[in-house]
Amino acid sequence: MLGYVVRRIIFGVFVLAGTSLITFSLAFVVPGDPAVAMAGAKADPQTLSLIRSQLGLDQPIYVQYLRYLGRAIRGDLGRSYIRRENVTRLILERFPATLILAVTAMVLALVLALLMGVLSAAYHDRATDRLLLFVSLTLISLPVFWLGTVMLIGAAATLRSFPLGGFDGWRSLILPALTLALGLAGYYARILHTNLTEAMEQDYVRTARSKGLSWLGALFKHALANAVLPLVTLAGLDLAGLLSGVVLTETVFDWPGIGRLAFDAIFNLDIPLIMGTVLFAAFLIVVANLVVDLLYAWLDPRIALDKGQ
Amino acid sequence: MRLNLMEAAGLLMVVSLVLAALFAPLIAPHDPVRAVAPTFGNPGPPSAAFPLGTDQLGRDVLSRIIFGARVSLAVGVAAMVVTVAIGVTIGLLAGFFGGSIDFVLMRFTDVMLTLPALLLAMALVAVLRPSLLNILIVIGLVSWTGVARVVRAETLSLAQRDFVVAARTLGAPSGRLIVRHILPNVLPTIVVMGVLGTSGTLLLDAGLSFLGLGVPPPTPSWGRMVEEATTYFRTAPWLALFPGLAIFYAVLAFNLLGYGYLRRRGRSRAPGATI
Repeated sequence: MLGYVVRRIIFGVFVLAGTSLITFSLAFVVPGDPAVAMAGAKADPQTLSLIRSQLGLDQPIYVQYLRYLGRAIRGDLGRSYIRRENVTRLILERFPATLILAVTAMVLALVLALLMGVLSAAYHDRATDRLLLFVSLTLISLPVFWLGTVMLIGAAATLRSFPLGGFDGWRSLILPALTLALGLAGYYARILHTNLTEAMEQDYVRTARSKGLSWLGALFKHALANAVLPLVTLAGLDLAGLLSGVVLTETVFDWPGIGRLAFDAIFNLDIPLIMGTVLFAAFLIVVANLVVDLLYAWLDPRIALDKGQ
Repeated sequence: MRLNLMEAAGLLMVVSLVLAALFAPLIAPHDPVRAVAPTFGNPGPPSAAFPLGTDQLGRDVLSRIIFGARVSLAVGVAAMVVTVAIGVTIGLLAGFFGGSIDFVLMRFTDVMLTLPALLLAMALVAVLRPSLLNILIVIGLVSWTGVARVVRAETLSLAQRDFVVAARTLGAPSGRLIVRHILPNVLPTIVVMGVLGTSGTLLLDAGLSFLGLGVPPPTPSWGRMVEEATTYFRTAPWLALFPGLAIFYAVLAFNLLGYGYLRRRGRSRAPGATI
C-alpha cells in the first residue's frame, strides 16, 4: 500500500510539472509584449526595459521557467497585468462561490443519478428503462448555457422576486446548481445503469438470490456498492473539474466564481491570471486524482496489489 | 444490418441537418444576414412571414438557424476529424511500439488530460484569434486524449494476436503492420468514438460561440445567437429558445446514433468512457 501511495504521489508531481510547462509556454504564444501590456503603449523605452528586468523577462527562457516554477510551488502565481493584484489572492477570493456551486451541483447530480440508475436497472429493457435512457440522452445533449438561459427565462416569467443572477443567498444557488447538475446526472445515470445490470449478473449476486434474497434486496445489499465504486472516481474528477471554474454556467448566472475570473482574464489577455487559473485547475485535478486513487485503493484493496498499473 | 429505433432516429436527424446545411439557400425563406423585418432595433415575435421571429437587427431567425447549420456542422465534424486524427496517431504509435515511445506519449496524454479543456480552448482561441480553422484545430487539440487512450489499449492487445505476429515474422515492416493489420481492426471503435465525439465537439464549439469566441460575425452561429438573445430574455424569450433547440437537436442526433449502435451491439458503455 505504501509503495502504491508513493507511486501515485510521484505521478501527481510529474503531471503537475508537465502542466506548468504547458501553461508557461502559453505566455509565449501570446503576441505582444508583457512590459507594454503593463506600462501602456506610450511608455518610453527606459521604463519598458526596467519593467522587463523587474519581471525577469531579459533572462533566458529556462531561467524564467524555473523562477516561475519556484514561485508557483510557494503559492505565488504572479501579479495580474490588468487588476494589479496577486493572482493567488484573486483566485482564492473567488473560490468559495465556485466551491458552493460545484458541491451543490455534484450532490444534486448524484442523488438524481442514483434514483434514475436504480430505477432503470430495476426495469431493465422495459418501458421505464427506455424512457429513462431517452431522458439521460436528452440531459447529456443539452447545451448547458442554453439550459441555464431557459431556466432564467422560465423563472423571470413565473416567479416574482426570484434572484436571476449573482450570488445572493441560497435561493440564488438553485438555478445554477440545477443547470450544472442535470447534464452530469444524465451521464452518471447511464453509467450506474450499466454497472448495476452487470453487477446483478455476477455469481455472488446469483448466489445471494438463490439463497432466497429478493431482487431488490440483492441490488441494495450486494450490487449497489460495487456499481457505485467506479462512480467515485468519475465524480471526484468531475468535481475537481467543476471547482476549476464552470465558465458557461457562471457566465449565464453572473456567478462571481473562478470561471468568470478566467473568462475576464482571457478576454483581457491577462497572461499571469490565465496561467494562474489554468494551473490552479490542473492542481485541483491532480489532487482529486490522488485522493480518488487512494480512496479507491482503500475501498478495494485489490487495486494497490496490482503492480501492473 | 437492421438499425434499432435510436440509430434510425439519429441517422434521420443527422441527414436532415446535412440537407439543411447543403441546401440552406434553397430552404431558408430569407437572407440570413440582411435586415428583412419592418421592426428595427427590437426583436419581432414569430409571425406568418417570420415563423421563429426576427432578431434585434431585423434578421429572420429561422433563416439564420438554417444557415447556422453550415458552420456548426462543419466545425463539429472537422474538429472531430482533427480530434480522431491526433488521438489515433498517438494511440497507434504508443500501443504498437510500446517501451519508451509509449511511456512518453502516454505521460503527455496524462498531462493534457489534467488541463481543463474549455479553459484551454478559450485561452488558445483568444490568443490565436477566432477563425474557422483556428477553432477546429483548438477543439481537436483539447479533445483527443480519450481517443488516444482507447486506441492504444486496442492496439496493445491486437499487436500480440496471431495474425499480427505472423505478419511480423514474415518480415512485414512496422508501417505496413499498423496500416494493413491493426488500423482496420481498430476502425469500428474509431467510428463510434468519432460519432459520439461529434456531439462533444458540437457542444464545445457552441460554448465557445456563446462566450464570443466562435466564428466571427456576420456568419450565423447558433451559440452566438443564444448569447445575443440573452439581453432580451424578458422581452423576447423566443429569441434564445430556437437556436438553443437547434444545438440540442444536432447534439442529440449524434448521441442517438452512437449510443444506439452501442446498444445494438450489446454494449451500453461508450468506448473511452472512464471506467
